[in-house]
Formats: sequence, C-alpha cells, structure tokens
Amino acid sequence: MTYSSTDFYSRRGVVDRALDRDSTLRRLDWVLMGSVLTLLFIGTLLVWSATKQKQLDAGGDPQTYLKKHLINIIIGLALAALTTLLDYRMLRAYAPLIYGASVLGLLAVLSPLGSTINGAHSWIVLPAGFSVQPSEFAKVAIVVGVSVLLSERRDGESAPIRSDLLLALGFAAIPVVLIMLQPDLGTTMVIAFIILGMLAVAGVETKFIAALLGIAAVGAVLAIKAGVLSTYQINRFAAFANPSLDPRGVGYNTGQARIAIGQGSWFGQGLFRGTQTNGRFVPEQQTDFVFTVAGEELGLVGAGVIIILIGIILWRTIRIARRAEDLYGVLVATGIACWFTFQAFENIGMTLGITPVTGLPLPFVSYGGSSMFANMMAIGLLQNVHLKRYV
Amino acid sequence: MSDRSRLRLLVLQVLALSLMLTLFTRLFFLQVVNGDQYQKAAANNRTREVVTPAVRGLILDSQGRVLAGNRTTIVVSVDRSVIKKQKDRGQGVITRLAKTLNVKVTGLRGALTLCGTKGAAKPPVCWNGSPYQPIPVAKDVSTDVALSIMERRELFPGVTAELSTIRNYPSVSGVNAAHVLGYLGPITEKELQADTSGLLRTDLVGRAGLEDTYDSYLRGVPGFTTLAVDNSGSVTGTASTTDSVPGDYLVTNIDAKVQAVAEKALATQIQAARAGKTYKCGGGCRADSGSVIVLNARTGAVVAMASYPTYDPSVWVGGISQKQYSSLTSAKSNTPLLTRAWSGEYIPASTFKVISTSAAVRAGENLNGLYDCSKQYKVGNLTKQNFESEAFGPISIERAIEVSCNTVFYGLGYDAWVRDGGITPKGGGADEWFVRTARDFGLGSLTNVDLPSESAGRIVGRADVLKRWKENKGIYCKRAKNGYPEVRDRTRAKFLTELAKENCVDGGTYKGGYAADFAIGQGETAVTPLQMATIYAAIANGGTLWQPQVAKAVLSPTGKVLKTFQPKAQGKLPDSAATLGYIQRALRGVATVGTGSNLFKDFPVAVSAKTGSGQVTGKDDTSWFDSYAPSNNPQYVVVMMVSQGGTGAGTSGPGVKKIYEALFGVNGKTANPAKSVLPGGRLPTGLPSIRSTGTIVGPSR
Repeated sequence: MTYSSTDFYSRRGVVDRALDRDSTLRRLDWVLMGSVLTLLFIGTLLVWSATKQKQLDAGGDPQTYLKKHLINIIIGLALAALTTLLDYRMLRAYAPLIYGASVLGLLAVLSPLGSTINGAHSWIVLPAGFSVQPSEFAKVAIVVGVSVLLSERRDGESAPIRSDLLLALGFAAIPVVLIMLQPDLGTTMVIAFIILGMLAVAGVETKFIAALLGIAAVGAVLAIKAGVLSTYQINRFAAFANPSLDPRGVGYNTGQARIAIGQGSWFGQGLFRGTQTNGRFVPEQQTDFVFTVAGEELGLVGAGVIIILIGIILWRTIRIARRAEDLYGVLVATGIACWFTFQAFENIGMTLGITPVTGLPLPFVSYGGSSMFANMMAIGLLQNVHLKRYV
Repeated sequence: MSDRSRLRLLVLQVLALSLMLTLFTRLFFLQVVNGDQYQKAAANNRTREVVTPAVRGLILDSQGRVLAGNRTTIVVSVDRSVIKKQKDRGQGVITRLAKTLNVKVTGLRGALTLCGTKGAAKPPVCWNGSPYQPIPVAKDVSTDVALSIMERRELFPGVTAELSTIRNYPSVSGVNAAHVLGYLGPITEKELQADTSGLLRTDLVGRAGLEDTYDSYLRGVPGFTTLAVDNSGSVTGTASTTDSVPGDYLVTNIDAKVQAVAEKALATQIQAARAGKTYKCGGGCRADSGSVIVLNARTGAVVAMASYPTYDPSVWVGGISQKQYSSLTSAKSNTPLLTRAWSGEYIPASTFKVISTSAAVRAGENLNGLYDCSKQYKVGNLTKQNFESEAFGPISIERAIEVSCNTVFYGLGYDAWVRDGGITPKGGGADEWFVRTARDFGLGSLTNVDLPSESAGRIVGRADVLKRWKENKGIYCKRAKNGYPEVRDRTRAKFLTELAKENCVDGGTYKGGYAADFAIGQGETAVTPLQMATIYAAIANGGTLWQPQVAKAVLSPTGKVLKTFQPKAQGKLPDSAATLGYIQRALRGVATVGTGSNLFKDFPVAVSAKTGSGQVTGKDDTSWFDSYAPSNNPQYVVVMMVSQGGTGAGTSGPGVKKIYEALFGVNGKTANPAKSVLPGGRLPTGLPSIRSTGTIVGPSR
C-alpha cells in the first residue's frame, strides 16, 4: 500500500503537525535558535536603556527606539522563517538574484541616492524615517554566491582549482570594491575574513591562502605608504591602542567606552541606571557601542552571558557546517561562522580596547534594521542547511 | 567533505572559541581586576558646561546717548527638569513661587509650558527654548524675595534667583522709540536649525526694529566654561574657559532729543484731535494712530521716527505676559505693536499733488497756463466736489497747490486719461503719466529702510485693474447678487454692494474717475509715511531719492569704527530743474499764502509744506503735513500723519511746527541755533567716541 504524504497529513491539525516528531519546527536547531532569541531579548533591553534618557533629553518619546527595534526583530524573524522554509536546492538558484540585488544596492549608495551617516557613505535614506544599508545584505550575497562557485566541482577534483579560485575572488571583488569606496573599512574586513574562511574550508591549497594573505599585507602597507589613507584615517584606526593619536575622537570614545564597561564590576549598576550611559558619554551606544551598556549596567555576569551566547551560536554554526551533507551547505555555514566570529570579536573588542574602532554592529544585539535582517537571514540559511540533512 | 576541509573547520572552531575566550578574559580584567580604577574615572568624568552670555551691544543715538542699553537684575528661573521630578510634578513649587513672587499661578504655569506641546500657553508666553534650560519667570526681583528663595532651597527645588544682564531702555530725554529699536525674543527651533553662526538655544535674537536688522553686530559671542563635576555634582575644577565677546555698538542717525520732541508732538496732536480741539474735529476725531518722521533732507538719514500708539519696550525684557502681549496686538488698543511709519499704508491725499504736478508736466501740460478751480468737477455722471466746495476761478497750478484745489487736479488727471484714449487706449497703449510718475517717485516699492517688515504701499494702474478683475470677477458678481449681509453699517453695506455691481460688469476698465481720484491722491493709492518723507526730501534736495537709513555706524566696545553706513541714492526724480523749482516755489507758497500759512507765515525759518486731508468712506479724514526747511537750503524733512485725525493743517501741522521750533531753537519770532535741541543747531557729521573707561562722548563739533 502506498500513501502520498498529503493524504497522511491532511487528516491532522496544524498544531499536531507542527509538534510532530518529524515536523520542521521540531527538527530546527533549537540550541542555535534559543541562543539567538535570548540575545535578541537582551539586545532589546540594552537598546531601550541606551536610548531612553537621550530621547527624554531631546523631549521625544523614550520608547521610540524600543518600538522600532521590536519591529526590526519581528521582520527579522519573518525573514528567518522565510529563508528556513526555502527549498534547499533553490538556494543556489536564488544566489545570482541576491548577488545582483546587493550590487545594485551598493551602486545606489554611491549614486546621489546615498547618504552619509557618521562618516560612512553607506546608507540609502527612505521616506518615513527608514534607511537601508546595502552593505549588510552584501554579506549574505557573498556567502551564498561564493558557496555556489566553490562547490561546483568537476569530476575528480578534490579541491577548487586555480580558475575556481580566481572566479570566486573576482565575484567577491565587485561588492568589496563598492564597499571600500563608501568607505566602510569594517564591512570590508568582515567580507575578507568570510572569503578567506570559505576558501580555506573549500580546500584551497595552503600556498594560495598564504599568497592571498601576503598580497593583503603588502596591499595594506602600500596603501599606508602611498597615502591612499589619510593620516587621520590611520590614526583613527590605531587609536584603540594609543588614544593620544586621536584624543578628541576615537581615543576619547574608546576611553569613555572602557570607563563605562570598567565600572560595571560583577553585576553592573542595574538596567537603565548606568551613569555613563545616561550621561551620554559613549557615542553610538545603541548601535556600535551597545556592548558598553551591557558592561556598565549588567556587569561581568550580563556581558559575559552575551559572549557565551555568541560562543554557542558559533559552535552550533560550525557544527551545522561539519554535518552538512554537501559542500555547498558546508560553505554557507562556514561563511556565516566566519562572519559572526569576526564581527562579534571586532565589535566587542573595540569596546574593550583590543581592536580598532570600525562601524560594525554587534550581531543580534545592536539596533539597526539592515544588520538585523541580514543576521536573521543568515540564521534562516543555517537552519535550512541543518534541516536538509534529514530529507 | 575532504579531510583537509574537516581539519580546517576544526581550526576555525578553535579560533572562534578562543577569540570569544579572549574577549571574556579581557572583560574580566576590565571589570573585576581594574574595576576600581574605572569607577574612579567615571566619578571624575562628569563635566558641566556653563554658558556666559555675551553682553549685547548698545544702541546709541547720533550724540552717543544710550537708546538701548543693559542693566543687571535679579532673574528668577525655574528648571523644569527638576520640578517635574517632584512627587506632585512641581505643582507645590509653582504655587509657593507664585505666592512669593506675587503673581498668578496660572500665568506662572503658562510660562513653564513648552511651546508647541499639548496644553501649552500661546507664544510668546510659553517657553520656546530647551526643556532642560532653566526658564526665566521673573525679573527685577527684590533682594528680599531672592534671598527668601535661595535660603529656603528645600521649598524651591529647581528655582534659582541670580544676577543677570538684561536689555534696558534709559529713555534719555523721555525718548521711547520702541518701534525703531525693536525687541528681543527667544530663538525659535527653526532659526536654530538654520543658524550657522553658533546661536544657542537660550539665546535671544532681535525680533523687530534695529535689534533685528543689526542682530549679528549687537549679539556678540557667548563664552563657555567647562567645569569638572564629581559624582555628587560638586565642582572639582575648571576644565576650560572661553571668554565671551561683547556685542558691538550701533550708532544711529536718531537724535534722542528730536525723537522725544517728535513723539511728544505726535501724541499731543492725537490727544487734541480726539478731544475735538483741532480744526474740523468738532465732536472729536477718532485719531486711532499716527506717525511722525524727521529726515536729513540731504542724506535720507532718519533723525527721528515714531509711531502712535506706542508701548514701553521693556515689556519684552525677561519674557512678556499674555496680558501684555494681547494689549500690544489688540484692535481695541489700536495695535501698538504695529509700526505705522514704515509698515502702515494710508492714502496720501493732497500731499500727492507734487507728484501730479510732475506728471502733468510730463503729460504735456503748461506750467504757465491757467486752470479753472471750480466748485465741482464732473466725471461722467459723477460730480466731484472741491474741498469744502470752494471755488477760486481760473488759477495757476502753483496756486492750485497752495490752496490745494482738487478740481484743478481732477481735471489734470482726467485730461491725461482722455489723451490716453479713455477706456479704450489708442494703438500704442496708454502713457499713464500719472501712474508712471508715482512709481518714478518711489511709490509702490520699498524705500529699503534698514528696518524689517516694510510695506511697499500700492499704486494701481490700468494693467493692475484688469488683472485684479480677471482674478476676482467671480467674487464681485456673487457679492453684487447677495450683497454684504455681514456688514452692520447699512450705508456702508449698500455702498459696497453698489461697488460690487459696478465691478462685476466693468471692473476691468480703468475709468476716468479713477484717473481723476488718482491725481488728488485718493482712490486706491496707498503710501507709507516714510515713502512720503523720502519724496519730500527728494524735492527739497534737488531730486535725489535717498534710501532712509537709521544706522550710522558700528563701533567696537572699545570705540574702534568697524563700519560706517554711507547714504545710498535710490534714484532721481523724473523732473527737470525747472519743474522741480516750480514745485519748490509752490510748496513755499503753501506755507506763506496757502493752506499752511496760518501756521508758518510768520515763522522765523522759511518752511515749505503741503497739507493733505484724505477721505476714507466711513472714517474720519487722514491728516497729513509733509514739509521741509529751511526752504532755500533744506536741512530737514518733517512729515506727520494722523490716521482719522482730521485736516492736515489742523491736526498734523501744529505738531510739525513744534518739531521745527525744537530743531531751529525758535522762540516766538526769532530762531536761535544755540537754543536748538541739536548741539550747535545742526546734525553731527562725526561719530560719538568711546573712552578707555567706557564712557561715551558725543561727536566733536
């Protein structure tokens, strides 16, 4: 006797189906999902605390950012669900589409449509107070796109040959160059790290990877020597280590950020009670410097939980990569692992004064729609790769 | 997956987790191991910026007398952000404070509302500045009250009583000059956004008059002191200090004494007209408002300029109450805030005849000819009466100006209209010499006086009539049908309805009646008193239309001359020397054998003048007296206008005479320059100077 699956399911309710042992909902990686949801919750509290007093001071609604952040989370969850439920095979088919869209978005930023916010010309301001940062979506496009290129193997190849490598690099180069023109150094570094990680896991020979690292190092030295970067930019970059290089700007900000975190001690001053936070000593506190709110108001316990949760997300992401059934899935998960690793380390590191200050948000915690949506799409992709194992 | 890939994934995992471990370790060091150090840093971290407002520059008259100065006073301010944190949201504090200050609780509460928020008082009573800036609620508080507030801080949290510098008006020689000086008001959010010069939310900016026009000179630059404050808010030291830079001084062409005399003369004449003591104001004229202007005939410098009713400019200082503001703007008190001299528009009446004379010459009339000054003049089916239905028979234009014969000028205007082709102009279009000449004399356009909100007045020619008719035809025709039921006065309603009927049918045609009315300064023509003053100055000085200027120079507080304002010619009268000489003779005749002779025929200084009594339906006549003196070497132009004030010679003329008496030191039949209110009997050419002690001394003679 044969039954089609529709016959089987049609007799059962939606809730039963959702709770079924083999249901998509139950088969999700719930450790990953739980960590993400917890981070979203903590992030919501931090964004609220970071903006409440500032809004009050400006005579505005103290919950403005809270409300917008919650809306971003809801849209983000919907995007994650959508990406999770896509047909696994279709992911490759969508890759060129996502890639094309993000290149167009990046071009639009450089056109008169783009706007400069906080020194980076990386925004498109939309009506009704919304704005989009296409470089966030470019990360998703590069992960998906490079995975497609590197996983297409011809017979007998165990590792990508040089032409695959060059194709992948060329493919990634277009958005990277556009992002560098903004200029958005942080995102450029994230993407570089993503590509490096994906190439390594794809099995590219060690000498190629060494060569790429060498070229990057030489390029950086040349850029500094040739004066492509201004002294001011270099000083800003190096000010995390030596605040006197930029005492009024980055040096001051990182100093204030460290004071905020430093006075948090074990348990912090309590949510909404941080004097550094409420005194507006730390700039961009709901976005790039959101971790300082955690440090000041929640102390080592609260801020430590954020690091641990990110650690769990990275562990689960790499676990998904290891267990993926095809190279494409491995590479998507690897790319996302590199993305989150680098971005989280760079973001928290800059607030702690161990990495340079670049405008990168903390995944799942910082305020900001574009970054939230891109992160949640990445989670959806991970779940998609994860679910695929059982089909 | 290849082994190589698997190995590299493992490396990635180790790398990722060790980076997180690094972060955690660093966090632990910052928060726990070095925590004390950062807590100390945080405690010393707080700084507070204190703004030292710049002392606003003085406004001086041409002799260096202070028209607008500064004084220190005790100002009581309330910090909203503190009192809102009280359990009762500050109601108790407000009630106690109102009682202590002896003001109404509702007024105080209104002053503490934020403009634009729900339930806020109307501007300018509500607070327009930052919600976190202490709001000044009372000035000139006595030391006793200040002490009772400051010594009982627990009863008055968030309330301070401190010395501060505010604008004051010393009123030398009883001068008021409120409209010319203007006033200060809090900056608006919009201005703050648009500003690039570093204005602060707490700043006051010029809102009218000279305070507005020359705000950027007078304002100065505020100073900042950054204080380091500890956790508890006590000051631990000064981080940095930038001194404030006081504003520059504005020297004006105004002479405080002449201004005071002019203001008094205007007020006296208006009171007299209201009391029925002036000619033809038997039952008392309404005399709702007026203006007086004294110009330097050779430069357009404004020596005095006043509007009536006026107000005490100090009501604006330290915030104005709703009651004060309503009384400044209400129609019942004749809107004292409105500046009549350069914003008010009136019919020029017979003072316009100098322009008509010029126009008639340009239109081809002969100045040596005789014109019939009949009792009445017929235009179509309308009969226009001469003033008081007098008749002088055939007279010259000069004589027509002297006795202000309307019928002669009706004829001049009407004849020019007929020559233009009447209702349907000839092929090349109408010359419109009268309308064109009025515009050449500067009417219908701004004098560009250095004061805000100037009106251009109105000159209506053929094209304007046609254009307006095309735009409003629908309204006229509707009114013609429905009448004016909302107008109470039935005579006026009937008049308006008749007018609408006429306008509906042929409102686009420039009729002969218009041209006739135009020539005697009636009809739709509207002028500002300042425009007429510049015109009479031009006639006096040989034809140059000067831009009237109040400002003379800008001095630094140490006395350095930063800028001088040179007289600016705006244009020339279109008249030949012969025509101008003819008009000058006629104006002299007005004062000797004409409508002004009762006042000036025995005056020791030769005065040239023209009277005007404008007729407005339903209102008392507009009284004008436009003049200059001495006739052979003109120095001053004096123009007085009283709206609904009766006749020119009856109401305004005596006021003008008093001003000339003061200017020339006239006592009875002798003029003595030493008795003039002006030092040496003349306007100063130099500037006042400032000694190193700060004392201001008048210009050397």
